[in-house]
Amino acid sequence: MKRYPQLRMLATIALLLLLPFAVGTMGNAWVRILDFALLYIMLALGLNIVVGFAGLLDLGYIAFYGVGAYTYALLASPQFGVHWPVWLILPLCAAIAGLFGALLGAPTLRLRGDYLAIVTLGFGEIIRIFLNNLNSPVNITNGPQGIASIDPIAVAGVSLSRTLNVFGFEVHGLYLYYYLFAFVALLIVVVSARLQDSRIGRAWVAIREDEVAAKACGINTRNVKLLAFAMGASFGGVAGGLFAGFQGFVSPESFSLLESIMVLCMVVIGGMGHIGGVIFGGLLLAVMPEIFRYSAVPAQQALFGKVVIDPESLRMLLFGLALIVVMLYRPAGLWPEPRHRRELAGKKS
Amino acid sequence: METFIQQLFNGLTVGSIYALVALGYTMVYGILGLINFAHGDVVMIGAMVALSVTRPLVGVLPGPLVLLIGLVVAAVTCMLLGFTIERVAYRPLRKAPRLAPLITAIGISIVLQQLAMIIWGRGYHPVPTLLPGGMHDLLGAQINDLQLLIIATAAVTMVALMLLVNRTRLGRAMRATAENPEIAALMGVNINRVISATFVIGSALAALAGVMVSSHYGIAHYSMGFMLGLKAFTAAVLGGIGNLGGAMLGGILLGVIEALGAGYIGDLTGGVFGSNYQDVFAFIVLIVVLVFRPSGLMGERVSERA
Amino acid sequence: MPFSRRHLPLSIVAAAIISTLVTGCGKSSDQAAAPAAETGPLVIKIGQASPLTGAQAAIGKDNESGARLALEDANAAKIKIGGRDVTFEMISEDDQADPKQGTLVAQKFVDSKVSAVIGHLNSGATIPASKIYSDAGIPQVSPSATNPTYTHQGFKTAFRVMANDEQQGKALGKFAVEALKVKNVAVIDDKTAYGEGLANEFRKYVEANGVKVVAAEHTDDKSIDFTAILTNVKSKKPDIVFYGGMYPQAGPMVAQMKKLGIPAKLLTGDGGCALEFLHLAGDAAPGNYCSLPGVPLDKMPGGAKFAERFKTRFNMPIQQYAPNAYDAAMVVVEAIKRADSADPAKIVAEMPKTNMPGVTSTITFDENGDIKNGAVTIYQYSTDGKTAVETIGGTAEAAAAK
Repeated sequence: MKRYPQLRMLATIALLLLLPFAVGTMGNAWVRILDFALLYIMLALGLNIVVGFAGLLDLGYIAFYGVGAYTYALLASPQFGVHWPVWLILPLCAAIAGLFGALLGAPTLRLRGDYLAIVTLGFGEIIRIFLNNLNSPVNITNGPQGIASIDPIAVAGVSLSRTLNVFGFEVHGLYLYYYLFAFVALLIVVVSARLQDSRIGRAWVAIREDEVAAKACGINTRNVKLLAFAMGASFGGVAGGLFAGFQGFVSPESFSLLESIMVLCMVVIGGMGHIGGVIFGGLLLAVMPEIFRYSAVPAQQALFGKVVIDPESLRMLLFGLALIVVMLYRPAGLWPEPRHRRELAGKKS
Repeated sequence: METFIQQLFNGLTVGSIYALVALGYTMVYGILGLINFAHGDVVMIGAMVALSVTRPLVGVLPGPLVLLIGLVVAAVTCMLLGFTIERVAYRPLRKAPRLAPLITAIGISIVLQQLAMIIWGRGYHPVPTLLPGGMHDLLGAQINDLQLLIIATAAVTMVALMLLVNRTRLGRAMRATAENPEIAALMGVNINRVISATFVIGSALAALAGVMVSSHYGIAHYSMGFMLGLKAFTAAVLGGIGNLGGAMLGGILLGVIEALGAGYIGDLTGGVFGSNYQDVFAFIVLIVVLVFRPSGLMGERVSERA
Repeated sequence: MPFSRRHLPLSIVAAAIISTLVTGCGKSSDQAAAPAAETGPLVIKIGQASPLTGAQAAIGKDNESGARLALEDANAAKIKIGGRDVTFEMISEDDQADPKQGTLVAQKFVDSKVSAVIGHLNSGATIPASKIYSDAGIPQVSPSATNPTYTHQGFKTAFRVMANDEQQGKALGKFAVEALKVKNVAVIDDKTAYGEGLANEFRKYVEANGVKVVAAEHTDDKSIDFTAILTNVKSKKPDIVFYGGMYPQAGPMVAQMKKLGIPAKLLTGDGGCALEFLHLAGDAAPGNYCSLPGVPLDKMPGGAKFAERFKTRFNMPIQQYAPNAYDAAMVVVEAIKRADSADPAKIVAEMPKTNMPGVTSTITFDENGDIKNGAVTIYQYSTDGKTAVETIGGTAEAAAAK
C-alpha cells in the first residue's frame, strides 16, 4: 500500500465514514463516546504542538478548552441573549483561545522546564477560578451554576442535535456531530502535519532540542515560542467551542487540573511529537476507560462472585499503573516519532 | 489589629506546613532535577498510617507519647515507600526523556491515592487531639500549642537539613551529585546510594508534615495530599527550587499571602474580589516573581544549559 | 513485509470495524423482530441513574434501592395498561456524578427505549442529561437534584420531587429570621453550583427581611483550612454563620470556629446534614443547625412503615434520598396508570396532573415541574445525633403532623 498514497487516503476516509455505523450497532451511547474521543484527540493534537513539537511543558492546557467552550456558550445562549451562527463563533473561539495562549506565553518566555510547568499549571487554575467567580458583581459566566440551554451547532441551517432524514434514512444527530468533529480533527491533523514540516516546525524542533543553539542559528525564539503557545491554544479553543455546542451545558468543573493531566498523558503515552501516536494516545485514553467500565463489574462478579474493588478505583488504579509501566518500557511513548527511530538506527527507513 | 495578628499567625502556620512539604520537594529536585509529583501523596500516607497506629492507643498511653509512636511508625513506612518509589519508578528513567519521569510521578500519585482509598475508605477521618490544646492569647489573637509546635518544627527541620547538606559527608556527596552526577561517581561517590538517601530523608519529612497537618486540622483523607503537594511545590518554586532556605521562605510567604489575601482582598477592593480569589493571588504572585527572577527568590541563576 | 509497523494500527482498526459490522448486522435484525408480540404481559422499562461507583456510591445505591422498591410495589399491585398485565423493569446505570457520563447514560436510556427516567442524583449530571431526555420526549423525575436551573430550562419533560435550592434557601432564611431572630449573619459558600446557589437564596431572603449580611466569604469543596476566612468572620461578630456546602467542610469548619473562639452557631443545608458531621466536628457539633428537604419520615403517615420495609428488603437502613427516589418512581407509575400507556409522550402529558400522597410529602408540580410548596425540615445537632426542630412549608397534613 505504501506505493499508493491516494489509496491509503481513500481507505482512511472510508474507515472514518463507516466507523460510527460500526460502533452504533452497540447503541448510540457508543457513538457519543466516539464523539468525545474526537474532542480529546483535537485537544491532544493541540497540546502536542506545545509539548511535542516545541518541547514546552504545559500543565494548564485545559484552560484553553475552557476559554473556547465559554466563548461559544456566551455567544450562543440565553445568557446574554445573543445567538451567533457557529461559523462565526468557531474562528472566534480559536482566536480568543490563541490570544490567551500568547498571554500565557509572554511572561513565561524566560522560564524553562519545571518553572514553566508550575506557571502553566497556575495559569490553568487562574482561568478556572475566574470562570467560577465571574458571576458577581457583574454576572458574566454564571459562576459555578454554569451556562445551560446553549444553542446546538447548526451547519447550513441544519441543527446537528436533531435526527436528519436523508433519502428515507434516519441519521441521528450524534452521527452528524461525529462527521463534523472528524472533519475538524482532520483539518487539525493536516495543519499540524504541514506545520511540522514547515520552517516554523523545524524551528520548534530546534528549540526543543537546544534553545541556545537555535538562537545562535538566527531563530527568533521569542516569536516562535509564542506562536507555539498560540497555535496549540487555538486548537484547544476550537475543541472547546465544539464541546459547548455538543453538550449544551458548560460549567467550570469540566476544566479541572485533572483534565489537563489527562490530555498530557494522551500526548506522552501516545508518542510526543508524533501526530499518529498522539491520535492513538487520545483514542486509547478516551475509549479504554469506557470499555473498562462495562467489563469491570461483570468480570469481578465472575471471578469472585461479588464486586471486591469499586470499579472506579480499580479503573484509576490501573490507569496509574499503566502510566508507570508504559513510561518504564516505552519512555518515548507507545508509537513514537519515526524520526527518533531513524536517528537511533542511523539510517533512513 | 487583633485580626491582623490572627491572620498573620494563620498564615505562618499554614506556611510552615507548606515549607515542611516543600523541603522534601526541593531536596529531590536539587539532586535529580525531578518534580516528585507523588510527594504530596506520601504526606497523605504518613497521615493515614499515623492515624491507624494512634487510634487504638488513644486513652491507653499519654497523648504526646501516642503522637510520637504514630510519628515514628509513619516515618518508617514513608521512608520505605520513598525508597521503593525511587527504585521502581524513577531510577530506570534517569536517562529517559525529561517528561517520562514526570508521567511516572503522576502515575505513582494516582496509585497511592487509589490504594489509600481501598485501604482506608473514601470517608473523611477525624483525627484525635493528642496534645494538650493550650490556647494563648496574643494581643487578642488565639494561638494554640500545636501551631507553635508546627512553626518551630519547620524552622528546626530546615536548620537540621542545612547542617546535613553543608556539614556532613553525605551532604557533600549530595552536593557533588547535584553538581554533576558523572563526575561525582568518578570521584568515588555512590550516587545511587546518595539519591536513595535523599528520597528516604524527604519521605521522613513528608511523614512529619502529614502528622502535623492532620493533627492541626483534625482530619485525614485519601486525597488530602494532592492539593497540599501542589501548593508546596508552588512554594518551593517561589523560593527557588533546589534551595532549602528558599523552600522555607517560599512556604511562609505563600501561607501569609494566602491568609492576608483571603482576609483583606474583600475590604480593599470593596467586595469586587473576595476570598474566592485566594488561590489566584497566590499564583499571580508566583508568576510576577518568576517574571523578574526566573529562578525564584533565592534560586541561583543557572546558566542556560541545553 | 506486507504490513510495515507504520500501518499496523490502521489495519487493527480496519479489522475491528469489519468484525463489528459483520456481527453487528446480525444483532440489529434480531432487535427488529422483537416487538412483534402484542399479547402477554407488557414490559415497561424505567431507567434509574445515580452514581453507583466513586465517591458518592453509597447514596447512589440508596437512590437505586428506593426506586427498586417502588417498582417492586407497582409490580405486586398487578396494574393493567390497555387491558394487559404490566411488568416494570428497572434499568439502572452509573453516571458517576459526572456531567459527561450523565449524557452517556442518558443516551443509553434513549437507546433502550425506556418509558421514563428516575434520576439523576446530582444537579451536575442531571442538567446536561435533561436535554437529551427532552429531545427524546422521555419524562424525567429527579429525586434529589436541587439546582433550580434543571427545571427552568423550559423542558416539558423535567420534574423533581424535592424542594430545590431556592425553596430550601428560603426556608433556611425564614428559620434564621423568625425562629432564631438573628440580626447579623455571615454567609460562607463553597463556590459549587449547590453551595453557592443555596447561600445566595438564603442571603436574598434574610436581606429582604432586614437582616444584615456582615461577612460574605468563600472556600472550595476540597479545602480543610478555614482559619483565614473565619478570622474575618470573627471580627464582624455575626449572630449566626450560614454555610452553603457539604459536610466534609461543614464539620471541620465548626471545629475551627470553636478554636478561634467564635460564639455563633453554624446553619447549613442538606449537604451538611449527614451524621458524619458529628465525627468531623467533634465536641463542637452540638447546637449547630442543618436542614433536609421533606418532612421527617417518622412524622409522615406511612413513613415509619416505609423505613421498616426498606430495611427488611435491602438489609440496610435508608442512607439519604431513598424515600425521594421511591416517590419519584411512584409519580411515574401513577402517571403511566393515568395515561393507560407506556408511550413516553402520553406519560409526559399526564405528569403535570400528579397529585399523590408520597412518603416524603404530598406531591404536586408547579408549571416548571418543581414540587409545589416543598417542605423543608430544620434539625439541630446534639452530641450524638440530630433532632427535628421545625418543618417549614409543606402540605396541610405535614403541618398537622407536627
